[in-house]
Amino acid sequence: MKKFLFALALLLPLLATANEGVKLDHAPIDPNNQASLQRGAKTFVNYCLNCHSAAYMRYNRLQDIGLTDAQIKANLLFADQKVGDTMTVAMNKADAKAWFGATPPDLSVEARARGADWLYSYLRSFYRDDTRPTGWNNLVFDKVAMPHVLWQLQGQQVLKVDEATGEHALVLEKKGTMSPAEYNQTVADLVNYLVFMAEPFKQHDKQLGLLVLAFLGLLVLLTYYLKKEFWKDIH
Amino acid sequence: MADKNTQSRAANLLAWVDERFPLTANVKAHLTEYYAPKNFNFWYFFGSLALLVLVIQILTGIFLTMNYKPEASMAFASVEYIMRDVSWGRLIRYMHSTGASMFFVVVYLHMFRGLIYGSYRAPRELIWLFGVGIFLVLMGEAFFGYLLPWGQMSYWGAQVIINLFTSIPFIGPDISLWVRGDYTVSDATLNRFFAFHVIALPLVLLGLVVAHLIALHEVGSNNPDGVEIKKHKDPKTKIPLDGIPFHPYYTVKDLVGVAVFLMVFSAIIFFAPEMGGYFLEANNFIPADPLKTPPHIAPVWYFTPYYSILRAVPPILNSQFPGVAAMGLSVVSFAFLPWLDRSPVKSIRYRGSLYKKWLAAFVVSFLILGYLGTEPSNVWGQFSPETFFVGGADRATVVARIFSVVYFSFFALMPWYTKKDQTKPVPERVTA
Repeated sequence: MKKFLFALALLLPLLATANEGVKLDHAPIDPNNQASLQRGAKTFVNYCLNCHSAAYMRYNRLQDIGLTDAQIKANLLFADQKVGDTMTVAMNKADAKAWFGATPPDLSVEARARGADWLYSYLRSFYRDDTRPTGWNNLVFDKVAMPHVLWQLQGQQVLKVDEATGEHALVLEKKGTMSPAEYNQTVADLVNYLVFMAEPFKQHDKQLGLLVLAFLGLLVLLTYYLKKEFWKDIH
Repeated sequence: MADKNTQSRAANLLAWVDERFPLTANVKAHLTEYYAPKNFNFWYFFGSLALLVLVIQILTGIFLTMNYKPEASMAFASVEYIMRDVSWGRLIRYMHSTGASMFFVVVYLHMFRGLIYGSYRAPRELIWLFGVGIFLVLMGEAFFGYLLPWGQMSYWGAQVIINLFTSIPFIGPDISLWVRGDYTVSDATLNRFFAFHVIALPLVLLGLVVAHLIALHEVGSNNPDGVEIKKHKDPKTKIPLDGIPFHPYYTVKDLVGVAVFLMVFSAIIFFAPEMGGYFLEANNFIPADPLKTPPHIAPVWYFTPYYSILRAVPPILNSQFPGVAAMGLSVVSFAFLPWLDRSPVKSIRYRGSLYKKWLAAFVVSFLILGYLGTEPSNVWGQFSPETFFVGGADRATVVARIFSVVYFSFFALMPWYTKKDQTKPVPERVTA
């Protein structure tokens, strides 16, 4: 009976698979690939960090992905910002609301709210839709206020609906400056960076966690034999 | 020579203290001459572990308050500030957030121990009642604390729970307004929840923990056999024959439990602080927005069995109050156990199969209700319209209703099935 209950308890989380409307693509990201993270940071600063802030992220935290202060200053800082500053934007929130219909959210911890797969799918699912004020819609986020900022890279997709099966498919109608494979890689790098930015110490702490567990493992052994020694005479 | 000198000096100091404060007497009464049964098993680790988690929560909480801002426009940002700019702040925060969930893990296991070995039975009714008090305060503590990160789930979770009070007839709406201090959850609510979370409830909690332990040390610990070790004392020393001093025997044994627990705790903190969304919900990384209701609001896992019961009870006369009352009853039911249980034996070892089946049914109900509470009620789809009696209803709701009935039956029918149960003879002394 006890075993059965334990087994049941272990199985429960398996049932908890989310039933989302749209099938998300798996984001091919590697948190230990510094080159990818650096490319993602560059894309982020150039394309996202005009409307979206990352107000909890400091530029010099990018040291964690292998950039020096000098490199950060030369490549990623504009105007009179300092490396110790956080990634804020000049755009006024009220203006943004008036222009886009919604204030672009701060992206510091967006990856923790949405998940990497959602971001990876979302950034690749924009399509032309003339009924929308921006001319763009998104398969993952219907009627999104954000226009397709990376369209010059990806090109323009349209939504094709199969009348018979009702299946949706995005078709690339106008080519961008990148091939689909290159674009997917760029988005993966960007998502990799967003995931890093949401929890910059994650990889460092995982290393630390192994040391902590090794220490505690020794403590378990020590306390176990201590207990055994003390309890020798108890029967 | 020098050795002897320091020894006598220490002895003198102790004597000086003992004349003014019963230090030695207390150490003896609660540690070195508190005799605990020698047959404690795995289930007896969770009391001391609960105490450990309480200490972790208080210590990490103190350091969090040093940098947290209980103000609606700054709260979310101050948590991210702790996560990024405060030295080791992220680990302090994860210890606190993981500690909250682990507190409930160890407390639930501790309560389950009480259920299987009859630790709530006479003469330990007051220990159990203080324990139920601790459990209730802990739920309040968790609820108030969950608002503080000021994320979407914090905000809307608080909104939903406070709105439950609205359903109380006549005085409900005024009570919710009084709790919130505003017409919606707002800065005023955040401020008072902070006050409750960091000082009011912790004080009550500590008082109850002390009362729980004083009562325990007055009557002595139960054990897996459910026999009273005080019945058989050494005629000369008056020490229970099956008792061993808590210190050093159980202090060294509990240290093993502490070390193993810390391994589990650290593994979560360093590798999976969100625990797949069960300990930290994804939606809570979006700042609270009073204008945007999230599509699915679920409480944290430790509240979900009761939340499921709330949802399972259909409104009566257009009022949600029966559901709210049922939820309240589902938590408070534990307090009645000492008077519901009519079995001549305490421990599950000597109970019959009837009690074991009911206990198993209760555990299964608790787990299934807990799971369903984390999901929207349409998670399993609907019965087809032609189905007899339940046509068109949400499958999950029907299942939750069935298991809610089982949950309450465990308590309501206990006087009957514990009396009827075929028990086995109980040994005089503890077994191995």
